[in-house]
Amino acid sequence: MTTKTTNATATDTTKSAATAPTPIIPMPPAAARAAAVTGSVVALVGTFLAWTWTEEFPGNLTVTGYPGGLQVLTLISGALTALFALSGYGIRGLGWLTPGGTNSPTRLLALGVLGTTGYAMGAISSELGGLVNLEPGAWVSGIGALLAVIGALGLPADQGYDRDESPNLWGRIRHSLSAPEPGRAKELPSWAEILIIAAGFGIGLYVFSYGISTEYSELFIGFLITAGFGFTAIMRAGLIKQLSTLTAKHRNVTMAAAFVAAICFPFTQSNDQYALIGANILIFATVALGLNVVVGLAGLLDLGYVAFLGVGAYAAALVSGSPQSTIGVQFPFWAAVLTGAAASLIFGVVIGAPTLRLRGDYLAIVTLGFGEIFRITMNNLNGNSGPDVTNGSNGIPNIPDLELFGFNLGLPHNVLGTELTRSGNYYLLMLLFTAIVVLVFRRSAESRIGRAWVAIREDETAATAMGINGFRLKLLAFALGAALAGLAGTVQAHVSYSITPEQYQFAGSVPPNSAFLLAAVILGGMGTISGPLIGAALLYLIPAKLQFMQEYQLLLFGFALMLLMRFRPEGLVADRRKQLEFHETGQLDVPEDKPLPEGATGVAKAGA
Amino acid sequence: MTTTTTTTTTVLDASGVTMRFGGLTAVRSVDLTVGSGEIVGLIGPNGAGKTTFFNCLTGLYIPTEGTVTYKGTVLPPKPHLVTQAGIARTFQNIRLFANMTVLENVLVGRHTRTKEGLWSALLRLPGFKKAEEESRDRAMELLEFTGLAAKADHLARNLPYGEQRKLEIARALASEPGLLLLDEPTAGMNPQETRATEELVFAIRDKGIAVLVIEHDIRFIMNLCDRVAVLVQGEKLVEGPAEVVQADERVIAAYLGTPFEGAPGKEELAEVEAAEAEAHSTTEGDAK
Repeated sequence: MTTKTTNATATDTTKSAATAPTPIIPMPPAAARAAAVTGSVVALVGTFLAWTWTEEFPGNLTVTGYPGGLQVLTLISGALTALFALSGYGIRGLGWLTPGGTNSPTRLLALGVLGTTGYAMGAISSELGGLVNLEPGAWVSGIGALLAVIGALGLPADQGYDRDESPNLWGRIRHSLSAPEPGRAKELPSWAEILIIAAGFGIGLYVFSYGISTEYSELFIGFLITAGFGFTAIMRAGLIKQLSTLTAKHRNVTMAAAFVAAICFPFTQSNDQYALIGANILIFATVALGLNVVVGLAGLLDLGYVAFLGVGAYAAALVSGSPQSTIGVQFPFWAAVLTGAAASLIFGVVIGAPTLRLRGDYLAIVTLGFGEIFRITMNNLNGNSGPDVTNGSNGIPNIPDLELFGFNLGLPHNVLGTELTRSGNYYLLMLLFTAIVVLVFRRSAESRIGRAWVAIREDETAATAMGINGFRLKLLAFALGAALAGLAGTVQAHVSYSITPEQYQFAGSVPPNSAFLLAAVILGGMGTISGPLIGAALLYLIPAKLQFMQEYQLLLFGFALMLLMRFRPEGLVADRRKQLEFHETGQLDVPEDKPLPEGATGVAKAGA
Repeated sequence: MTTTTTTTTTVLDASGVTMRFGGLTAVRSVDLTVGSGEIVGLIGPNGAGKTTFFNCLTGLYIPTEGTVTYKGTVLPPKPHLVTQAGIARTFQNIRLFANMTVLENVLVGRHTRTKEGLWSALLRLPGFKKAEEESRDRAMELLEFTGLAAKADHLARNLPYGEQRKLEIARALASEPGLLLLDEPTAGMNPQETRATEELVFAIRDKGIAVLVIEHDIRFIMNLCDRVAVLVQGEKLVEGPAEVVQADERVIAAYLGTPFEGAPGKEELAEVEAAEAEAHSTTEGDAK
């Protein structure tokens, strides 16, 4: 009944004893697995009991027989832990869960149960003042979670060590959480594969909208813990890898599924506030994707990118018909969009033409400067220190709501029995723009132009020697990126009612600013489509949900980036080029293949 | 110096090329011609200015004096225009696009021979798909020519060293050049790989592409080149058929130095010769 992996390592030990990984907590594998299953089931049962006695703690954890709030998260992760642990028994019908690692996902999920439960217990006792506020249910779940973790840590590792050495405790823990790559999935009929993709996006949408509509920060933190461990676990189990092979196979279906899932989002939100978060995430994500053309494809570090969003927003605001606009005209929306994009494009070319002669750090500094120049200029065009164009620091308020085809985006509408709020309307409008930007990104990346951009990023000298006009293509990337940001800006002006210069800073507490845009691209994964979207969603959602840590936001953010660069430098979503199935290396700085031994060349040369 | 193959038309004509960096003259009024269908070698000790001369030819440097003409037209001093005109090059230190696939590397080489712009890509205009397919076919042909077709989807950085060199050549060929400049194509290669590269260069010549090659490996140059020019301290010392150049005393002096009063004793000389002979025989053996 012991797992296949232990058998494999047992035979391998003949080679070198040092490579046989011992569990973190040595115990018989059968006992360990039993403990993991029992522990997770106990934790699961505990969620049906009361965890505290008062409703003062948000989420009402006082009810017996019906889990609520944080209990649901423990329930879900407990159930998943049990499933994965059972899959290790080789039960028929569960094998598909673990094509890659078996024990490492169990370990991660068990840690997730402990994390969520432990966090809940800690939050209850610290907010209500002491451990006495915990009812037995919490202890049941807590002890169950602990038992599951102990059991999971007793399970053998999924793979042997790479090198002949026994690492220290930290190295062993990291190793025990690693897993081998999954093999090829069984060929399924394509309708089944498409169904799996659809289900994947359905689950993704559910998790995402659950996260957005968490009503209090305790639940959101619990959600982050559960989602973080859960996601890592299914990645270790090899499910993400298999899903991404499917999505790579049916790319158009995937795009359509993602689009449909995104359209469904506002219908899951009855609260306008959450739909607004969704709309703002889309604006942020779209601009980040535009920046990805500049940074991810062409490799130009632009630290003043938010200025292009600002140009688009200001252009749209000026022609929106706002009573405070200094130009008293009202363009139809399509014309306003074109105006915004064109203004950004021109601004991009004007800034790009002189600055793109610089490389690397110098370019970054100059773009940073131009970004600030934009903000200060907008401040100064107030009629006092310059001509009155933008009302200076007052900005342009009272931007009217859009009306498209007789459909007023400012009013709630009843669509298919669900109410679509104002933010929901704008969310859908913005989604259209996101789709356009995704299409532009994808098509330009997969063309002669996109290849030339990547070539410039990789080695500009070699690229010019291959006949690429470096300056012209860099300017093209810069201008295209600017125009895309301008597009997003035109919608942003309407979503936020008013625009002020202070919205377009280098770094600030509200996301669409240059630093956060760049962070979204890097965090998500440069050069990919989904990377910046995911990165932007995380970077917007976390500060928006955790209001209490607003003042530490930049500190935590910097810390998170450092950790990311240390452990996953390619970003959350690795570039397609890094996902190629051949020689997957997973890191950026793999040394080049060694040239032949010195002797070989020496002989050849001596032969002269 | 007159060339031995006089019946051919001149592809490259560099006359009086001088390159100064401040007070240092790296290349001093070098004349060099390459005829079509010719393989010309450029040799010289380290620091002789060979690569600088290459950079002058390809527009990476703008020569302080002198002109370079390609098939009768003066080359513009911009690398991408030089490539467009028909001169492609490889680099001494391999400069592939490491994170692109082998096929993509070659496709980048096709850049100047394709015209599809951004609008065409965004709107997928009618010609787009056709042009992409043509490029792809042409690139695969080149990969087959260099023997890399099986690895088209590998990342360039994951190729073994010898294949990276081949890929650089394939990428350069993708720009459909009339003249190929190879900067030390066999550096770091073992004798078998060197021989394979030799075959490749001959095959390239047979396609009607003239080749100018910088190399340290004299045997390689001897086998390959119709004509050899020797560059020493920025100046062209000798030019002529390989055998003549190899026997030239000035070349030997430039490489090995002139004998001085306490010239090496007879025993030492014999020792060196024995060692060389042995090295010679081992390489011969390897080659077989």
